Amino acid sequence: MAGRVASSTQITHGQRLWLYVLVALVMAFLVIPCLIIIPLSFSDSQYLEFPPRGWSLRWYEAFFTSDEWLRSAVVSLKVASSTTVLATVLGTLASYGLHKKAGGLDPVVRGALMLPMMVPLIFVAIGAFFVYSRLGLNNTLTGLVLAHTTLAIPFVMIAVSNGLASFDVNLERAARSLGASPVRAFLTVTLPQIRISVISGMLFAFITSFDEVVVSLFISSGATSTLTKRMFANIRDQVDPTVAAISSMLVVLSIIVLVAAQFVRRDGGATGDR
Amino acid sequence: MTTVAADLLPPNAGVLNAGLLGGDERRQRLAMFGLSVPALVLVALVLLVPFSWLAWLSFFDASGALSGENYARLLRPAYVNSFLSTLQVSAAVTAICILLGYPVAYLLSQLPQRVAQVLLVFIILPFWTSVLVRTYAWLVLLQREGVINTWLKQLGLISESLPLVNNLTGTIIGMVHVMLPFLILPLYSSMRAIDPVYLRAAANCGASPAQSFRQVFLPLSAPGLGAGAALTFVLCLGFYLTPALLGGGRVAMWSTQIADAVSKFANWGAASALSVALLVVTGIILWAMKWAVRRLGSSLGEG
Repeated sequence: MAGRVASSTQITHGQRLWLYVLVALVMAFLVIPCLIIIPLSFSDSQYLEFPPRGWSLRWYEAFFTSDEWLRSAVVSLKVASSTTVLATVLGTLASYGLHKKAGGLDPVVRGALMLPMMVPLIFVAIGAFFVYSRLGLNNTLTGLVLAHTTLAIPFVMIAVSNGLASFDVNLERAARSLGASPVRAFLTVTLPQIRISVISGMLFAFITSFDEVVVSLFISSGATSTLTKRMFANIRDQVDPTVAAISSMLVVLSIIVLVAAQFVRRDGGATGDR
Repeated sequence: MTTVAADLLPPNAGVLNAGLLGGDERRQRLAMFGLSVPALVLVALVLLVPFSWLAWLSFFDASGALSGENYARLLRPAYVNSFLSTLQVSAAVTAICILLGYPVAYLLSQLPQRVAQVLLVFIILPFWTSVLVRTYAWLVLLQREGVINTWLKQLGLISESLPLVNNLTGTIIGMVHVMLPFLILPLYSSMRAIDPVYLRAAANCGASPAQSFRQVFLPLSAPGLGAGAALTFVLCLGFYLTPALLGGGRVAMWSTQIADAVSKFANWGAASALSVALLVVTGIILWAMKWAVRRLGSSLGEG
């Protein structure tokens, strides 16, 4: 093994053992903090130690028996599901329109729609807070959904544009030339062909909204506090291990979404989604 | 596909359908533009309008007269120090990300695609895990009676807890963790695009692995590295969450100053001037980087 050539530079595996070790360490650095919170959350003491001295579900119990935590979890779920629907529809329509080359303004439009992903979140936060205070949208679910949708649109557009790039436009042309209306051609020919991309866009929109903190810090409070906003306040003011239990559930949620995204892609490949 | 469709259509269909397809082209173009409008309206409402409004307000003082007061205030020591520490922290985080991320992207790009796809999970999982959760995890790991200090004490390496968090150290560790995927992912895809034939050619000409890496691979990966590093640096400049939680109020970053100006002092003039300045600096860095990468690319093309 050690003597075999490992790459085009004719280096051997043995010669670059140090590289394997270094990369393994960096990957451990990246993944361990995401996962270590899960065993810690089952600790039975106020102090989170690894490995925990005793195991218990008390922090999960603390979450599921607290009205405040549950109320904010419901707010987050409502906001994230509305955001998912709105961002998927708006993002898919925009990607489709831009894919069909509407005109010379296309790069400008695409750039504007990608902005929310590129500008610092603190800009979006103070901007939304500023304009919402004039529109009466602060501390409303509508305000949260609109802000989160803005943040999620770029992720939907990236996913859907990828799907459209490998879609054969002639299929839609054929449907049109046989008399289908544009809407019907889109819904019955194009959309089923790009559904995998649309679904992965939806998943990313959901996670974007559910995990969002900075904007929610500014535009939600009291009864409309999102789960992440309450977690932020909790982390800053006291170290309450209930946050460890919630964090573990969020990590598991992210893993489920990633695995789901992987599965829809593979499933699409198997059933000939081309 | 087209030939099959053509075979099924009546002979005169080509002419007829050309008219049908071409006739509504302009109308269709307008309709296609219309599809982006709802999304554009939303981005305008949440981002473009408020930001332009704030930028406009930054040129007026409290009494409503045109003045540079808000920008003059940025020259006060407190703000100047926060700019400097923002630049320092961003530079340090970017440098560490390059040192840790380049080897990872390099190794992944040299491995067979199938193996690399599996290993990429280690980078994508943190990328899609909530930043808040990861920051909290670092707090638990690094704090005074946290996991790392406890372990080091049990191993007898230290007798007193190290101050790892609520300071610059903690902020940098947490930020590197968040930024690393942003460097690795684009760098990896640009390295994948480098044709291995070049490296084989170098080896055929008698270059040692170290030589062919230094003289062939490194220059070819430089534009991708530059773009990834610029992205990382710019993301660091405006990053709020991790400095706010792991800095313990001791690390004054640009973003935390903007947040404080709004939430603690309700000083919109200061917040908007800070934001405009941050946007300008970000724009300049991105533009300079784009220029540098293009220059680098063309000089490599000539050489």
